[in-house]
Amino acid sequence: MIELVYRPWPWWVAGPLIGLFVPILLLLGNRLFGVSANLRHICAATLPSPTEYLRYDWKGKGGWNLAFAGGIVLGGFLAGYVFANPEPIAIAAATQADLSALGITDFEGLVPADLFAIEALSSLRGWIVLGLGGFLVGFGAAWAGGCTSGHGIAGLGDLQLPSLIAIASFFVGGIATTHLLLPLLF
Amino acid sequence: MTSSSNRARGLLVYLVIGTLFGFLITKGEVISWFRIQEMFRFQGFHMYGIFATALAVAIPSVLLIKKGKLRSLDGEPIVIPPKVLGRGIRYVVGGLLFGVGWALTGACPGPLFALLGAGIPAIGVAVISAILGTWSYGMLRSRLPH
Repeated sequence: MIELVYRPWPWWVAGPLIGLFVPILLLLGNRLFGVSANLRHICAATLPSPTEYLRYDWKGKGGWNLAFAGGIVLGGFLAGYVFANPEPIAIAAATQADLSALGITDFEGLVPADLFAIEALSSLRGWIVLGLGGFLVGFGAAWAGGCTSGHGIAGLGDLQLPSLIAIASFFVGGIATTHLLLPLLF
Repeated sequence: MTSSSNRARGLLVYLVIGTLFGFLITKGEVISWFRIQEMFRFQGFHMYGIFATALAVAIPSVLLIKKGKLRSLDGEPIVIPPKVLGRGIRYVVGGLLFGVGWALTGACPGPLFALLGAGIPAIGVAVISAILGTWSYGMLRSRLPH
């Protein structure tokens, strides 16, 4: 029984529960589910904000969402650290083979140590993956007006055409990067 | 009860809901670079199953809320602001750039926060870079097509 809490959850458990956050947040306080708005709220709260886009009542508008994001950190700590799955993630054999061919050697944990250990930051590759990658996530989500949660779950959940265009573009960018850019980086 | 303690209680509710969400996406392995690679290589069903079943719950719930003209707990009518299509450039170009970042880091914004909690210190670089990315967009916004 105790070991159940360490095990990963299959897609048919995690998926429907993720979908529930859209109606829960709407019913609770008329809030639209979306995580990337927090990046903007953090900018408004901490960085110089000479433009209107970054200067607004972030506490009033985004206080609830910043609390939600703080919760995500805490949830990640509980599920990924305290009750971490001791087994490697059961990815497809084909993916494991492809990633091995790219030079990934460590398949333990949620992310490969080859890219996510602190030492990875001593290489240009580490900075492209984490620095450039992170920058594009923040820049792209702000430009597109939402991320995987805001467009992919909430926007598509509301059958919004702009969200469909956004999520299709997310995948085109991601697939191209996986097949064209990653082989150059490794 | 004072309004500030009401407000603190409100934030606590969202902190708890966020914790459940963070727990869920971590146990569901949505925050795993390996899973995102498997998805972008079309080699596994896991992530697609998550998106499909999440939408299978979200779409009818939203329809029900709209058709039933439901109100939120505080009695307000629920309104979902429609996203403005405009010329659509922001969704295509912003979306493509987001996709590049998603494939590199293996994490979109929710997972970035969860990985921070999961004790992956280097992800701090990605989180700070994402904040700077959003800030840079804010600075360039008036010059970018939307």
